[in-house]
Amino acid sequence: MIGLGHYLVVAAILFVMGVLGIFLNRKNIIIILMAIELILLAVNINLVAFSAFLGDIVGQVFAMFVLTVAAGEAAIGLAILVIYFRGRGTIAVDDVNRMKG
Amino acid sequence: MTVHAFAFYVFATLVVASGALTILARNPVHSVLWLILAFFNGAGLMLLVGAEFIAMLLVIVYVGAVAVLFMFVVMMLDIDFAEMRAGFTRYLPFGLLIAAVLLAEMILAAGVWSLGETGVDARLEPVDPSLPNIEAIGRALYDRYLLVFEGAGIVLLVAMVGAIVLTHRDRSGTRPQNVASQIRRRPEDATRNTQPEVGEGIEL
Repeated sequence: MIGLGHYLVVAAILFVMGVLGIFLNRKNIIIILMAIELILLAVNINLVAFSAFLGDIVGQVFAMFVLTVAAGEAAIGLAILVIYFRGRGTIAVDDVNRMKG
Repeated sequence: MTVHAFAFYVFATLVVASGALTILARNPVHSVLWLILAFFNGAGLMLLVGAEFIAMLLVIVYVGAVAVLFMFVVMMLDIDFAEMRAGFTRYLPFGLLIAAVLLAEMILAAGVWSLGETGVDARLEPVDPSLPNIEAIGRALYDRYLLVFEGAGIVLLVAMVGAIVLTHRDRSGTRPQNVASQIRRRPEDATRNTQPEVGEGIEL
């Protein structure tokens, strides 16, 4: 029978895949943003699985809030990406030093 | 093996495989398509545990909005993606090391985790089996979490305004309509009564 552990394993693998994606595609910020979406999907799977198996609806409510923040983050991230590309003509982000930070 | 277990393994395999292909695909357009597949299968996983509303929301918000946004940006920007791949193999060992450590830690944490004795009694909103999923979420959302819900709305509003402000640019060389000056214009600014003598013109 499929239990909570199965879902946790799937979510953990997906989360790690997102982290690996950030490391592998250091230059391409579009893929980095997609990897962040994968991480948030893993978090959502965890929240929903705990919610379902522990019988508490709050997990699903919070999965909705995570979804909201993820959508806003993608919009802002892509907007920053577009203006960065407009100014530089590239999206290679591994050596971004415009702000001299 | 029951249908439920079979469906779980199909969805789980596909979500992991499409997640891997998202980060490994050479072409970002393919990455977006794999991401869409990952979200569909994630929604399937959520359907299996009875979270229909979140599953549908995932399909609507991610596939319908976020993935389209990604696709739009990928196709709008003219980027040399072959150059982007440089350094892929250089970071591979380090990334795999970090990933392995993370996964091992998560498995350790999940292995020793157990629901405490008081855990089940401490539920905030216990699931009422007689209520449909959407109604249960709605009762929690519009009652206990109303303020957080409004906050989520504000987050979306700020994100929308921010995205517009960031990407909006004034084009030079165009002559846009100046609405304020048009409205401010009064009849006495625009018209004048004159009575010129016969044979004389008027100066404008």
